[in-house]
Amino acid sequence: MTENAQTAAPANLQARAREIRILTLQAMGRLGHGHVGGSMSIAELLAVLYFAQMKVDPQEPSLRERDRLILSKGHCGPALYSTLALRGFFPLEWLDTLNRGGGRLPLHCDMNKTPGVDLTTGSLGLGLSAGLGVALGNRIQGIAALTYVILGDGEINEGQIWEAAMAAVQFRAGRLVAFVDYNRMQIDGTTEEVMDLGDITGKWKSFGWHVQRVPGHDTTALNDAIDAARAETELPSVIILDTVKGKDVFFAEGLVASHHMKFDLQQAREAVERLPGGKREGEI
Amino acid sequence: MRAVYADTLIALAEKDERIVVLEADLMGAHGTRCFAERFPERTFNVGVAEADMVGIAAGLASAGLIPFAASFGTFSSRKACDAFYINAVYSRLGVKLVGSDPGISAAHNGGTHMPLEDVGIYRSFPNLVIFEPADPVSLAALLIESAGFAGSTYMRLHRKEAPRLYEPEESFALGKGKLLREGGQVALIATGVIMVNEALQAAEVLAGEGISAAVVDMHTVKPIDRELVLQQARGCGALVTCENHQAKGGLGSAVAEVIAEEGVGLLARVGVKERFGEAGTVEYLKKNFNLEAEDICAAARRVLARKEGQVPAVPAAPAG
Repeated sequence: MTENAQTAAPANLQARAREIRILTLQAMGRLGHGHVGGSMSIAELLAVLYFAQMKVDPQEPSLRERDRLILSKGHCGPALYSTLALRGFFPLEWLDTLNRGGGRLPLHCDMNKTPGVDLTTGSLGLGLSAGLGVALGNRIQGIAALTYVILGDGEINEGQIWEAAMAAVQFRAGRLVAFVDYNRMQIDGTTEEVMDLGDITGKWKSFGWHVQRVPGHDTTALNDAIDAARAETELPSVIILDTVKGKDVFFAEGLVASHHMKFDLQQAREAVERLPGGKREGEI
Repeated sequence: MRAVYADTLIALAEKDERIVVLEADLMGAHGTRCFAERFPERTFNVGVAEADMVGIAAGLASAGLIPFAASFGTFSSRKACDAFYINAVYSRLGVKLVGSDPGISAAHNGGTHMPLEDVGIYRSFPNLVIFEPADPVSLAALLIESAGFAGSTYMRLHRKEAPRLYEPEESFALGKGKLLREGGQVALIATGVIMVNEALQAAEVLAGEGISAAVVDMHTVKPIDRELVLQQARGCGALVTCENHQAKGGLGSAVAEVIAEEGVGLLARVGVKERFGEAGTVEYLKKNFNLEAEDICAAARRVLARKEGQVPAVPAAPAG
């Protein structure tokens, strides 16, 4: 990768998000299935984190002083793997091995299998506590790195998220930044139907967090919000992203059923051709 | 014992900046306030949130620290189970989880607070080390061993006073049981403060009857010390396991697996038999759950009789 990770332009970030979508669709299409909805809704966020915000070194994925990301909604691992491959953590060819037996890229994130995956996730509701622990561990050791945690909106049904939300404020974890991918859909229906999150912004505010709410597919807004979250060093920050489940994928966008779908490589190719802006030379 | 727990952690932390302590609103119960006063920046009281505590501990471990996290055994096992599985054990991070008041030592707190299944829950977790020190000397030594071990551990901590069984200079290794008393005819394999002491008493009683009984302090239940179990099984052919836990799932099961796989020895298990905990003094509960020295003696006589071919494997049902 030749880009300076700290100065990527917003236009480049949109292009990165598009690449993340393409690689993820391709990998899932080869496998025959995947959590496409929640992977597409965080493509811009991953692009901004790994190509504009996070201090990471693909050559030294375990560097002590690195910023870390915990994808607490671990079923969206394929989107993270596409990002990590683009960022140079491992060869793009690895994406063809998604969820293969004995492979390095399981559907749910595994820190012991994949370079660049900072924590193992998959059982929902656990990532914020662990992220808080990482942030506190860095603080004890005088490391000023940021710890980012991506939560699903359905995931925050889990009570442990709110235990961690209380603890993060109690311990003044100022270098902890959480995101809620608020695509308003979970497995069995919309969030309103299954477990209404109500005043989601107010909930986090009442727990004492520094709260922002941004359009989750706008890389400039995301970048600015993360800047603001980093500037807040006393309190933990949460950024609620208004997103669209299955964003930009014609057979998945806005569908509850997109949480996990079966589709083949041919359908993935068609989805890529129908991405906004159409198919481009050299893609897929 | 809790003073030994806290003092050992302080001693460890003075030498190693990576030691951190987590509590879930039981700092007073575990005597760790002194650790918090000495190392406030390395102490986290997370409130009544045990799964959160274990998750935070795993995060601290992934950042390079060595976290000791404690709650009552019921909560460290049943409440924190998934966080401990995913964040600590499956992730191969070193979280040192402590479950206090093992089994009937929960006494007055009763059935809701009486961990009689924690070892059973955790014994199927791959590569997890499970141990229960039987006296203050082994507690301090095994805590130090645990801190030096790269993976996760689960320790059952008896908080109250416990008689000293070992000389201060005695050395211990996780996974290596201790032969406390030589025997010949039967081996009493016990774990934890209450049952190791009951087993020692039982061995005295049996000696008075002309039965020589070895006593093993099997402080580590997982991985079980196969070598020591087999040495006893081959040596005398009659084993009695003694545990302050359900008879299924813990030490008795671990020993049964070893001797069944090797096809040596007979076994009787002393433990809680398909019952929930209840409130009472430790003395009452020991009697009520048949965990006394006399119960161990009865089990020893039974297994010896079987060895000599005198009675069937299953005792006859009481008449009437």
